Amino acid sequence: MKKDKLKKRIIAVSVLAAILVLAALFADFIVPNDPYAMNATLIRKPPSAQFIFGSDNLGRCVFSRVLTGARMTIASTFILVAISFVIGTMIGMLCGYYGGFFDELLMRIADLMLAFPQMVVAIAVAGILGGGLKGALIALGITSWISFARLARSHTMTIKSEPYITVSKLMGKNGLYILLHHVLPNIIGPLLINALTQVGSTMIGISGLSFLGLGVVPPQAEWGSMIAEARAYIQIAPWAVLFPALATIVTIIVFNYLGDAVLEYKNDR
Amino acid sequence: MKKQLLYRVLGLLAVLFILSILTFALLYIAPGDPAEKRLSSQGVAITKEVLEAERLRLGLLRPFFVRFGEWFFGIIRGDFGISFKDDLPVAPKLAAGLQNTLILAFSSLFVSILISVPLGIISAVRENSVLDHVVRLLSFIGNSLPNFLISVLLMYVFCIWLDVFPIIATGSLQGLFLPAVSLAIPMSGRFVRQIRAEVLRELGADYVTGLRARGVSEKNVLVNNVLYNCMGHIFTIIALQIGILMGGSVVIETIFRWPGMGDLVMDAINARDYPVVMGFVVIMGTIYVVINFLSDILCQVIDPRVEA
Repeated sequence: MKKDKLKKRIIAVSVLAAILVLAALFADFIVPNDPYAMNATLIRKPPSAQFIFGSDNLGRCVFSRVLTGARMTIASTFILVAISFVIGTMIGMLCGYYGGFFDELLMRIADLMLAFPQMVVAIAVAGILGGGLKGALIALGITSWISFARLARSHTMTIKSEPYITVSKLMGKNGLYILLHHVLPNIIGPLLINALTQVGSTMIGISGLSFLGLGVVPPQAEWGSMIAEARAYIQIAPWAVLFPALATIVTIIVFNYLGDAVLEYKNDR
Repeated sequence: MKKQLLYRVLGLLAVLFILSILTFALLYIAPGDPAEKRLSSQGVAITKEVLEAERLRLGLLRPFFVRFGEWFFGIIRGDFGISFKDDLPVAPKLAAGLQNTLILAFSSLFVSILISVPLGIISAVRENSVLDHVVRLLSFIGNSLPNFLISVLLMYVFCIWLDVFPIIATGSLQGLFLPAVSLAIPMSGRFVRQIRAEVLRELGADYVTGLRARGVSEKNVLVNNVLYNCMGHIFTIIALQIGILMGGSVVIETIFRWPGMGDLVMDAINARDYPVVMGFVVIMGTIYVVINFLSDILCQVIDPRVEA
């Protein structure tokens, strides 16, 4: 009974998440105005029929910028999570399956990385790399692979002595074949759930760095940098801050909720 | 126990040493050249000779380990080098910033512990009550809000709508309120979730059923047993949040111009003033590593079930 309710909720939130992702993907076709077109006669106009979310300091359409910014924020989050997922999973499976010196070494490195405050390291690295989205992704990526590696490693270790793995070995399959065909399909569930729960915090990290001016650089539309830009004239044009803020909050809440709900659903089983 | 402690301390020192190597290595991934930046900001025409001389003067030409050794032993003595920006020693700047950051960090930590410990416990004890649902919803939302957003929204409400606080923190108690609350809201969200889960787990343990069966009062079970057993974990939860608090305070300090380390480091990043950035990472990293070390030890002292 409770399970059914949870399942319905997951479906509803997934639909919301899908709408957000689709809106971000097809932003170019939805935007009513050019997000980069400036207009000196239309600066800081309150929300109206032409500009649903108003216009900013340079007369740009806030609604169009929020949509275009969605692609920047959501896509960079997904890219970072996907890269961490692939790298972390590969490292974790290799470490768990083969063990030995490299396993020990990599796991100690992972422990070490977690011993330092993550955002402090990210700010310093992104700052020293000189800003830009690439720098921000590298800075956050330093620690984001670790949870995947640990998870993949522990799951690989529990299944590596299962009979089907032994049989496969006896059949003369090599390690890589076994990892890809037998281990990966069996451990991918928890890893995907971990990826889902990472989306919210990664998004907070990326927009935080952009807000500080260490991520996406203006005039490129991104929620964090839009908020930072419009903050200076919040008194005159609060809509230029409030709408990107609302978009950030809604997106993070949707993805966090989805992650939580899926985790709960799985733990209930 | 003593031998164990010794190993732990050695491990701690090793981690701190690696932290300092990694921090120093940050210089080598930097694309900009501080010598060049310095000269151009002073309006000197950059020729190859002048650039080389400046690099030599700043000590940028010597090998990695020589420079690292010098820097490392300097830091142990409390000398963080000379700022690239204005040729003043970095240490006093960092010390002043650290003091302000600590004031901010402690007040926000205090506020969020004050809010979240009682809420977490009540919401666990009254699981699935209306109160529990409300607390869970609020903590979920708090946890999902980036702190820069909270501070911008708070600023809008309190400084512009209600006009009760100054926008730029002046270092007074009034100026402390908004930055501290901005940091405390997401932190309380995480605390409440974790504390609630911890208390719930403990309440489901067999000994609680046993105590209840023997007619021990619910209050006694909760205060003398469950909370007592949770204490160690709650300390760990708080200690782990310190790292997030540090990153968050950089953002908050920049927004409110609170004269702490975060504000200092953002200015230093923009000016490519590497000694300040490195000092910031070393100090923050050391505080975090040491706090987590102490909380582990404390956890073992108050809870003998925890194995080393």
